[in-house]
Order: sequence, then C-alpha cells, then structure tokens
Amino acid sequence: MDKLDVVIATDCGSTTTKAILIEKKDEVYRQTYRGEAPTTVEAPYEDVTRGVLNAIQEVEELSGRQILDGETIIAPADGNRGVDIYISTSSAGGGLQMMVAGVIKAMTGESAQRCALGAGAIVMDVLASNDGRQPHEKIERIRQLRPDMVLLSGGTDGGTISHVVELAEFIAAADPKPRFGSGYQLPVIYAGNRDAAPEIERTLGHKTALTIAENIRPKLEAENLGPARHVIHDLFLEHVMAQAPGYRKLIAMTDAPIMPTPGAVGLMMQTASKRQNINVVGVDIGGATTDVFSVFDGIFNRTVSANLGMSYSVSNVLAEAGLDSVMRWLPFRLDEADLRDRIKNKMIRPTTIPHLLEELQVEQAIAREALRLAFVQHRALAVGLKGVQAERTLSDVFDQSSGGESLIKMRALDLLVGSGGVLSHAPRRVQTAAMLIDAFQPEGITRLAVDSIFMMPHLGVLSSVDERAATQVFERDCLIYLGTCIAPIGQGKLGAACAQYEIDLPSGAQSGALNTGDLLHFSLEADEEARLTLRPERHIDAGAGPGRELTTAVKGGAAGLILDGRGRPLVFAEDRTQRADQLRQWSEVLDHYPKN
Amino acid sequence: MAHAYTPGLRVTRQARLQRQRQLPLKGEVAVAQGDKVTRDQVVARTDLPGNVTTLNLVNILSCTPEELPNYMLKREGDAVEVGEPIAETRPFIKWFKTTVKAPISGTLENISKITGQVLFRAPPRPVQVMAYIDGSVVNVLPNEGVIVETTGVFVQGIFGVGGETWGPLHVISSGPDEILSADQLDAECAGKIVVGGNLLTREVIDKARETGAVGIIGGGIRDADLRDLLGYDLGVAITGTEDIGLSVIVTEGFGPIAMARKTFDILRENNGKETSISGATQIRAGVLRPEIIIPEADAAHRAEEGDQLGLVEGAHLRAIRAPHFGRVGKVAALPPELQMVESETRVRVLEVEFENGDRAIVPRANVELIEE
Repeated sequence: MDKLDVVIATDCGSTTTKAILIEKKDEVYRQTYRGEAPTTVEAPYEDVTRGVLNAIQEVEELSGRQILDGETIIAPADGNRGVDIYISTSSAGGGLQMMVAGVIKAMTGESAQRCALGAGAIVMDVLASNDGRQPHEKIERIRQLRPDMVLLSGGTDGGTISHVVELAEFIAAADPKPRFGSGYQLPVIYAGNRDAAPEIERTLGHKTALTIAENIRPKLEAENLGPARHVIHDLFLEHVMAQAPGYRKLIAMTDAPIMPTPGAVGLMMQTASKRQNINVVGVDIGGATTDVFSVFDGIFNRTVSANLGMSYSVSNVLAEAGLDSVMRWLPFRLDEADLRDRIKNKMIRPTTIPHLLEELQVEQAIAREALRLAFVQHRALAVGLKGVQAERTLSDVFDQSSGGESLIKMRALDLLVGSGGVLSHAPRRVQTAAMLIDAFQPEGITRLAVDSIFMMPHLGVLSSVDERAATQVFERDCLIYLGTCIAPIGQGKLGAACAQYEIDLPSGAQSGALNTGDLLHFSLEADEEARLTLRPERHIDAGAGPGRELTTAVKGGAAGLILDGRGRPLVFAEDRTQRADQLRQWSEVLDHYPKN
Repeated sequence: MAHAYTPGLRVTRQARLQRQRQLPLKGEVAVAQGDKVTRDQVVARTDLPGNVTTLNLVNILSCTPEELPNYMLKREGDAVEVGEPIAETRPFIKWFKTTVKAPISGTLENISKITGQVLFRAPPRPVQVMAYIDGSVVNVLPNEGVIVETTGVFVQGIFGVGGETWGPLHVISSGPDEILSADQLDAECAGKIVVGGNLLTREVIDKARETGAVGIIGGGIRDADLRDLLGYDLGVAITGTEDIGLSVIVTEGFGPIAMARKTFDILRENNGKETSISGATQIRAGVLRPEIIIPEADAAHRAEEGDQLGLVEGAHLRAIRAPHFGRVGKVAALPPELQMVESETRVRVLEVEFENGDRAIVPRANVELIEE
C-alpha cells in the first residue's frame, strides 16, 4: 500500500453498525469522526451493507468528507474526498459460534477452547473423551447445537490415534448441520495428532467441509494455537460470513479480511501490550455477553461469558451470582420480589436506561457481579498447560503445584481497561473506576482506563494493516485514562493503619495514614503525574514486599488516584446496617453518587 | 446517536401477516401455492434421523479393532432387530463363545477398525409442521416449507412462555385493571385461550392448566411466579419450547400491571373467536415477541404489517421503566436537547401526558409506542 492517510472502519454489531474515520494529521493518526446506524442483517433489509452505508453516510455528514459515490467507497483519498482503505469487523447474527473437541478435557480440550476463544468465537460446548457423557449423549448434543464450525483436536504428534478418531466418529454419526443455510457442509477443522489425519479424512471428509491444520498441542509442553486460529478466521470468512445476508458484498468492499469483533479486540490488546511492554486485562461487558482479555508476559488469553450481560442476560447474572451477592453492593434495602421484577423488565426491554439514581445503583451492582463472575471464568481458563511434567529443582520441593497455575497475576497487572455501555456511559467516571476496582480487585499499583466509544475492534483490524497507526489512535483517542488504583495487600484489623502515605501532588503534598477498610481519593488529571511513597505495616505488602517502603510515580485520570485499604478479597460487614454504612462511606470518599 | 430507539409492539385490529412454516431438515411440502389452509393442517413433513447408540465391541470380544470385521455377523448398512446377534467369537471350545446382540432396532451404520466402535441408528422420526394460522399459502419453499398469509387482529405481547397453540378466545376479566382470581376459572375454559386484565398469578395459571385451557393472556406476571411455573430461574430470554401444559403471554411486563386499554378492548371485541397464539420470545438479535393472531378472512385491509407512526406529538405510548413503569399516555412535547435525569444520565427526553392528565419528563429510551 502506498499511502495511508485516511481510513474508514466499521464494526457491524448485532444491533448497531459503528463507523469511525481515522485521519493522519501532522504525521499523527487520530480518530476524528464517528457515525452509527442500525445493523441491517435482519428482515426487511437482509443486507448488512445497508447499515454500513448508513453509518458511513453519518460520518460523511459530520466530517464534510465525501466517502461514498452511490454505494461505492471512493479510494484513494484526494483532498476532502475519498479514503485510502476501508476495513471492518463483524459480530452480527450472534458472532462466530463454535463447538470444540479434545481428547482430555483439561488438556487438548482446554487448548482447543483457548484456540477458538482467542480467534473470537463463542464456545458452545467442549466435547472430550473423558467429559463424563455417554457416546449417545455426545452425539445428540453435537446434533442439537448447530454450530458455525467445529474444532477437533486431540493427541500429541506421534501418540495414540484411537481416541481422537473416536471423537471424529461421533461427529460423523451426528451429521451436524451448520447454523446458517442447509445447502452447504459444516466446516470442521482438525488440529490434532498429525498421524491421525488420514483416518480423520476418511471418517469426516465426505460428511463435512474438513480442513486439516497443524496440531494445537504437538507436544504436552507446547501449545501451538496460531495456525488453527488463522484457519478459523479464513473459514469464518469463506463459510460463515458468506452465508449471512449481504456479506459477500461487504467482503468485496473491504481492503483487509473482515475479522470477528472479539478477535480484533484481542489483537489490539496484544499489540498495545507488546508496544508498551505491559501486562493488560481488558473487559467488554455487553448486553448478552462479557468478554475478558488478558496479556501477561506476552501470553494472550480471551474468554467469553456467553450469558453474563447487562440486558438480554441480566437475569442470568442474578441467577448465577445469587441475590445476596448483588444486594451487598446496595446501601439501601429492596424487596426481593420487586428486584426480580425490575431485572426481568430490563431483560425484556433491554434498551431502557436508569432514570432514577436507585435504578442506576442497582444496574451498577449487577455490573460488578457480572464482571466479577466473568473474571472468575477467565482466571479458570487462563492457566499454564496442564499435564506437563516440569523439571523440578531443589527450590520447587515445597511447591506442590502440578501445572495449570493461573497466568493472571494481579500484582503484575499494569493496565485494566473496561468497555461496554455500563462502564463507558456511567454518568461519573469515578463510578466506572469503582466498578472495575470492586469487580477485579487489582493489587498493588494498577492504571485504569475505559474505551471511550468502543473503538478497539476497528483498531484491531487496522493493526493488521498498520500497527503504528492503530497504536497511535489507541493511545490518543481510544483510551480515556481513569487514574490509578493503589491497593496494598494483606489483611489487617478494621480501622487499624495499614500504610503511611506521602503524595507529591501538583496541588501540594499530602500525607497521612491509610487504614484497613478505608478508601482515600485524590484528584489528579490525566496528563499529570505524582510521586507516591507508601510505608506499609509489617504484614502489609505495597508492592516492594511485606513492610517495605515503596516509592513510585503514579499517573492520573478522570477519576484521580484511589488508595484502597480494603484488603483482598474485599471484606464486607456481616451486619446489614453496618454494611450499608460501609458502602455509604466509600461512596462519600469517591463522591461517586449525587448526595441526595 | 441520530434518534432514540423507541421499540413498539403492534396492537392492531387489521394487519396482513405472513408466517414462514419451515422444516428443520429438507422434506416434503404437503400443500400448493394458493391453497387455503387451516391452523391445524399439516403443510410439510419430513423424517429426522434416528438416535445413535454405540457399542465398543473390542472390549466385549477381547480383540483388536483391526480384527473386528472378522467377528461381525452384520455389515455396515444392514438392518438389525433388537436382541439379534451382530457379532461373535469363534473359539475352539464353543462353550467360551461370546455373542453380541443389537442394543436397538435400526441400522448398523458404522464399524470402526481404529476404535472398535460400532454405531447403530434408530429408525427415522417423523416430524410435521402445521399451518398455525388460518390463511392461504402464498409461497412454497421447495422441500422446506411454505409461507402462510392471513389478515386479521394482530397483538404482540412483551414476554411469553410455551409454544404455538390455538383455540377460541375466552375473556374473563371485566376490565384491563382486574386481577383474575382462580375461582373465576371453570370447566368452560377447556380448550380455550383465557384472557385476564392485569396480573396473572401462579394460582390462576395453575387453575387454567387444570381446567384444560390451552393458553392464558394477561398484563403482567411476577418473576417469582414464573420461576415456580418453570421450575428454574429463566436466565436468558429465549423461550417457546417450555412444556408447561399451556402457553402464557403477558402484554406489559413483570409485576402487577394493567393491560393497555386498547389491547384489552380488541381482545374483548373478539371474545369467542378462533385465535392462534405463540409464547415464543427471543430478545437477542432478530427480536421475536409472543403473538396473538385472530384471522378474519374478510377483514377490510387498511394497515400493512410494519407500518409505523413514529415518535410524534400525540402518539400513544407506555412508560417502560421506573418511576412511571406501566403508565399509558401520549407524547406532549419532544424537546430536542439532551437533559440530565435524576441518575445524572444525560439523555434525550420527551414530555408525556398520562391518562389522568399528569405530565412528566421521561427518557425517550424508556417509552414504548403503542402502534396501530
């Protein structure tokens, strides 16, 4: 590509198609305008490009740049006319829904799950030889599901082939049909023991659209997810997207392959982590699902909690978390039956917004639980490889772990990014910061940010074309920094000092004691930095080790600096009245709700 | 955002409706284009592949998978009867012979030389698709199904459980505010679709089921009652396949809430008429709402399905979130600028005049148009 000065990018979501314009000004890429329109995959339009053109038209009106000539995108850019490239992501029609299979559930089953999730799929079920289901139950389940695609793995290269062939026989017996259209065969990717490939071909070749990829677990000690993920993306375009209304036209319009929305977000997270050399956790809480992404020491993981969301799945949050878990975040009492009805009314009318303060507090309480549960699920999957015989040294003698440790090390987390309506559109930014801190409970020093207008999908595809352009927009326009959370670790007696602090703020130096169970809040703007010194008590670790002084620079944001002395995990007063006082006190410190 | 989303449920005396009646797999269409069909008439049928049963013979016969074909008495594709021998060993001493019998009647589908697994498939299961509404076939989807068209009353509910059913409408409540009590339902409800005005309590739904009613329609339902009715907490709003003995449709929402007067009036006017209903609700992409259809063969057609008046002054609406949840009124003013509401959310709003003359400012996203 010769020149990349103007980019138009769209994300075709289930309900809305969002377009953004990115322009290079003074050698720096910036996001300048955005437009949106309802997605038009459903009747009466049944053509996704209709919504794309409408969203682009809104960008045209706002920017004054002519992008469309009828239904054609003008390229390349020339003055105030045209763009250099058009790129897109898509999650319309429920995104990419996959079923995965592996021989051992905790080994190849998990690897297959990580592979599909990382490619941006929703995993409908994980089938394994040892999943406890009878063969006929497995076959019935495969038949019921109607996934977009199946990923079959199992066995290390050179190992036994019978188990993975047996799984293939189950798939063949189920003769599964794809979700869209009955006129084509279901795509199946085989990424297991390469010695079994001929037998798999014989079993599934004539019944499915079979693609053989490299083994995702060639050795017990190694995972090789990249090649199979690429195959998933290719098949997503060729088979799944091509069946959806209008997508053939959309594929022809774009200058880079269309990516599943979460796959693109994951790519952007990895790019940002790599360029800044930081550990990142990101979350996108939507109406139906919550996606969690993490990059720790370069290892990327993504999970999607398919039934944790703020509208369509809001009732499920209540069902999974339990009423008490939601109620513990509310400083007032609500009748259980009344709360249940309110939540169901939100489920059946997902587009309504909280008018009353009390309703906003209920929604934010539910969001805390949805985020917390999604993160629990993420931690369970973002683990080291299981079944690996690690070489043990003398220093490991007392370490009884057997592989599969969580890769999520909260103390090593540098940046926590939130996105999705309830986080991005909270009336006060400090509410977003409070929800992220309460749900994820970061430890040590963690910077918080929110994706301003959910631009990460667009930037993810852009990063596949021009990494520098994507990173520039990500840092300058995509993220709104909320500030920094400083949470010393260790349980103390409620009210007793856990650390002494000194903060050198632009407005003047401040010092004092952070007590166990307390929150402290200091204003510090996004472009400001402060020097912080913490002298923790003997049993408390501020990041430099128990009882050791820590001095570091911390950055500000819309919610400033939050010193969190509440311990990990957060401890709530058992008594309902005391707990309400506790919540009110935290809320007052943060000033996160209006006083009356 | 260009405009606030104001979803509308259709409540109309005259609509032209088309319903696609499709098989889960390809099969045979039983009617032709132009045919008049009735709600309980079969329009398409097919056979679903039978269930699969597996048997790992290498463990039973103590042989290797490669040796397995030598022991088989039946070949792939052969029909088998339950209990019929399908494989046996041939030891020197007959007394040690092991015979394996077919676990089901059907077809022997596959013998694996890699895993030793033998697959049996039960005979196909027939499925039929009914017309669901009285009308005429306007389009045939070859081997897949038909599109049936009708004209008549069309009312969309907000939430439902249970699938498609039909029967005469049986309006019991005297008005949209009335909460039915169980003793108002009797043997006369059998085979009918019962209509109440306000809340449908658990007792009333149970009584409707006992009396043999095929469906029940009301203004609201309590979530706690729904949980008891289903036996589980409904997490995601995808319904329609519940097997609870009848279909339930609520027109307004969860909690005690009166049915919109217009909806109630339309149902009362059609008391006794043959009605088709479906409780199927799906609120994710491709919104599906429960529906009440009363076909009227010679209805003078005025409004096409999909006609919308839009959010204009004077338009009838219903507030769909606290603090005015469930109240009905009309648009009094549409101020264009964003306003901050109590939660400090800045939103586009409208001024509503409720039926009792009270006025209030509400977010546009928190109202629902009651469409003609």
